[in-house]
Order: sequence, then structure tokens, then C-alpha cells
Amino acid sequence: MKRPLGENIFITVNTIVLTLLCILCLYPFFYAICVSLSNPQELAKVSGFMYKPAGFSLDAYKAVLTNRQIFTGYRNTLFIVFFGVLIELVITTMTAYVLSRKNVLWRNTLMMFIVLTMYFSGGLIPTYLIVREYGLYDSLWSLILPVAMNAYNMIIVRTYMASIHDSLSESAMIDGAGHFTILWKIFVPLCKPSLAVLVLYSGVGHWNGWFRAFIYLSSSTKYPLQLVLRNLLIQGSTLDMMNSIASGDHEFVLNTLKQASVMVSTLPILCIYPLLQKYFVGGIMIGSIKE
Amino acid sequence: MRKFNSASIKRDWKWNWPLYVMMIPAVVFYIMFAYIPMFGNIMAFKEFVPGVGIQGFFIGEWVGLKYFKQFIEGIYFWRLIRNTVLISLYNLIFSFPAPIILAILLSELPFKGYKRVVQTITYLPHFVSTVVICGLIVNFSLSTGLFNDFIELFGGSRVPLLQDPKYFRTIYVASGIWQGIGWGSIIYLSAIAGIDASLYEAAVIDGANKFQQIINITIPSIMSTIIIMFILQIGQMMNVGSEKIMLLYNPSIYETSDVISTYVYRIGLVQMNWSFSAAVDLFNKVINFILLITANDISKRVSEVSLM
Repeated sequence: MKRPLGENIFITVNTIVLTLLCILCLYPFFYAICVSLSNPQELAKVSGFMYKPAGFSLDAYKAVLTNRQIFTGYRNTLFIVFFGVLIELVITTMTAYVLSRKNVLWRNTLMMFIVLTMYFSGGLIPTYLIVREYGLYDSLWSLILPVAMNAYNMIIVRTYMASIHDSLSESAMIDGAGHFTILWKIFVPLCKPSLAVLVLYSGVGHWNGWFRAFIYLSSSTKYPLQLVLRNLLIQGSTLDMMNSIASGDHEFVLNTLKQASVMVSTLPILCIYPLLQKYFVGGIMIGSIKE
Repeated sequence: MRKFNSASIKRDWKWNWPLYVMMIPAVVFYIMFAYIPMFGNIMAFKEFVPGVGIQGFFIGEWVGLKYFKQFIEGIYFWRLIRNTVLISLYNLIFSFPAPIILAILLSELPFKGYKRVVQTITYLPHFVSTVVICGLIVNFSLSTGLFNDFIELFGGSRVPLLQDPKYFRTIYVASGIWQGIGWGSIIYLSAIAGIDASLYEAAVIDGANKFQQIINITIPSIMSTIIIMFILQIGQMMNVGSEKIMLLYNPSIYETSDVISTYVYRIGLVQMNWSFSAAVDLFNKVINFILLITANDISKRVSEVSLM
């Protein structure tokens, strides 16, 4: 069937609008790449749109990649992401399994116990003071333990587990398997898609977090990457990198360093993100069914 | 079937004891990091005693509503309420419809492959850290930055945008749309995908054009999703997060940018005025909860859609 003219105009305009939106979403990152690869002296002469680096220099990347603070930031972030995700994964899997069983006497009580915390929570100040009382101040564990579990993520996994047919676990029970065996041998393999969502949400959250580090950590050697970045990008601290670039106006050298560190910290996410997109979206769908 | 008497408890324990063992970490976690801080909120009505451990929450003198009064009568009260409400209101007017419009436009795109590309690209900002996004915004807002390059291009003069109170809300809300438009559209896209295709076919036979189809079929069909998201948003009305604002603001623009959550942070963790800031936080939480309940109730009466 031939499309009427009005519809063709609509489709054309729609395509153009969406294309402009895509450009708008990508351009800031493209701009950051251009600045980071620019020669600071050339950069001083440029204004407005950049569609290629001004001159070419890898000095900023050399300075960022050899910087001590960025390196320790990376190391601390990897520690936080690894243990943060691992702990959340283990606790959430077990909890979701229990709450997805239909014949557990205390199930509703336990569910209420958790859901209540989604509506009522301790404020910033009581939480901060209590985390200090636990002796977690200035420890990387203060970024992991207070968020070791997330009710919303748990509900995603629980919903998925509840959709697995009872006959599987019943026949395993008859064969003499206990709950731990059933969880490990049957549910974990079957729930991989929802566990992937959990790993990704939790991992991205830990990778991108800065506020908790900002309030709980005092020694700069423990700072995660995002807090180091905040000091560079927002506070304008140069992290002693200025000397490593030979020439150029202070402002423009600093700008290339900032954008290079933006790229160094964001590139891992930009690279793995398109591959994992289907899992992210899967998570929001499972979650919304629950709501 | 689920009955609490000694026989059923015994039988349940015999079969299900490993389940209760599995729950231990979660229960310990929620007691330590959710329930104890929740009871810690009591410090808003007491003088908190620092440096003596957990009992510091409970041994102090009872002051009742002193700190709530101090906040409501304080010089910053109306400024904080105004800034918080205005930012939320702008979010409701501008940020809330944006993902709905995007979802409708995406669903009308006849090229499936291109649709996926647009989705992938527009979801992207959601995954970039707040620090990086605010770093870029701060950089672009400098008088030598990208935003000013454009202002100059269109005949304006260069101003450091984040030093002038009148630009803050625009920057905050616009960048928020940029961050959230793609990710927010997912839920509406799935609602649109669930619409019965025969409705559109019938409309085409009746001679409805695309625009009429969107107004008369698409939007009414996803209305319940829109209402639920709207209720959730209303429940967050007084809850403008501190993380992004703390990265963008500075004392010269507190006039428009200081909101309740950033104020709680400053008087609590910077000035160490513990009980006062806990009171401000609690005041805000109570208002939020009332808003959520009210919005839910109104929606239940008007449209029979509700959360609870």
C-alpha cells in the first residue's frame, strides 16, 4: 500500500528530529574526545563547534594514565565494584529465593520487613552517624556494606524466580535435594538473565558513585575514581599533572587533562554498554511488571 | 493454609530451616543499615550527644519540636521550599512529558534497525556518572565554554552561567532531560507495544491520519502508565536529590540552587548541627509521604489507577 503524502512528511520530520536528538546525546562526548586529543596551544584559537581535534597531541592521555591519583582511584573503584557486586549478588540471590517460595510460613512477614524500608528510611544524618559508629569511617567497606542489598533489585530477581515452574523444585525435593542444592543447581543457572541485570545495575552504581565516598572517606589514597574526577573536574585541582605537559596556556592544558580523564573513566562503560543494553532494558521491564 | 500454630511452625521449620538460614544476611543487613537508622530519626526530637556511641541517639535531652520550629521560622525556610518546589515543578512540566513524546516518536518510526540505534544512543547518558556529566556542564558553562560560544554566535554576550542565579534552574532541568529522556521512554515504549494493532487498522480504514491515531489511540492506551509515573513523580516532589546540585552549585547561586537535601548536607555534615539537620530531613520525608498518599488517593478516585 502506498503511503499518503501527509504520512511521508510525518515520517521524514520524525526521522530528522530523532537524528538530531541522537547528535545531541553524543556530541558532548565527541567534544570531550576532540578536546582531549587537542594540542593546548591550538585549542586556544578554537571556539564553538569542534568536529575534529585542534592539532593533535596524546600528552594529556600520557599525563592522565601515569597519574598516581587516577591510578589509585581506578584500583579502589575496581575493589569496590568487585566486592560490592559479589556481596549484593550472594545476599540478593538467597533472599529472592526464599521470598519466591510459596510454602514458607513467614514469607509475607519477611517481605513486609523489606518493603517497608522502601517507604521509610533513616535520613542522611542518622545513617551517617550509625555507619561511623560501626567503625566504617574512612574504610572502603563504608561504600559497600550500607548498600549491600537493594530491595528493588531483589524484587526483580524474586519475580523472575517465582515464574519458574514449581514442578522443577518439587521433583528435586523428591530426589532428596535440600534448598541449598536446589538454589545452586536449578535456580541460579535458570535465573542468569535476571542475575545479569543485578550485576549490571549494581556494578554501574558502584562505578559511578561518588557521594558516599565524599562523606565517608578522609584519606585521599582511598578515594575511588569518581571522587578523584570530581576534584579534578569540579574543584579544578590539577592532581600535579601540569608539569608533564610542556607548553600552553594553563586553562587550555587543564581542559585537555580534564577531558582526557573524562574519557579514561567513561570509556569502559561506553565500550561495554551497547553489548549489555538488552539486559539493562530487561531489568526495567521485569521491575515494571511488579509495579 | 498458612497458619501460625505450634504444629505448623514445627513442620515449616523441619522442611524450610535452610531458607531461614539464607535470610540471615538480609535480615542482619536491614536491621543494621535500615531499621537502626530509621529509629535514629528520633534524634530530630532530642539533643544528639556525639562521641558516646549508639546511645548518643537516646540519652540526650528531649526537645520535642524545637528543631522543626527553628527550621520553619528560619531565614532560609521559604527559599529552600521555593527552590525545591520550583525545580520539581519544572521537572513535572518539562522533564516528565519528554520521554512520553520520545516513546511515541520512536514507535512511529517505520525503520526497525534505526529505531534500535536511536534507543541505544539516547539511553547512553543514563549510564554516564553524575560527576562526569556535571564536569562537562561546568566546563561548557564557563565564560569561555561551549554554551557561551553558542550564546555569542546568536548575538549574546559571554557570561559565566553557573555564577548567575537566574540560569541555574534552566541548566539543571535541561541537563536532566538530556540524561533521562531515553531511559525514561522504555516504560512507555513497552506500554505502546502492548496496544492492539487492530485499533490502528480500524482507524486507518476510518480515514484517521497519524496525528489523529496518536491522539485518539496511542495516548489513551498508555494513560494508566502515564498516571502511575505521574503519581510516583508527585511523591518525589519535595525530594530533589543533592548529588547533582552539590556538583553544580556554589555560594553565589544558593539563591536559586539551594534545596532541602543540599541544606541538610551542609548543616549536618559540614556544620555538624546534627539534630537540626535530622529534623529538616525528617520534615521533608513526612511531607513527601503525605504527597504520595494524596496523589495516589486522588488518582484512585478520578481514574481508578493507583499504586497501592
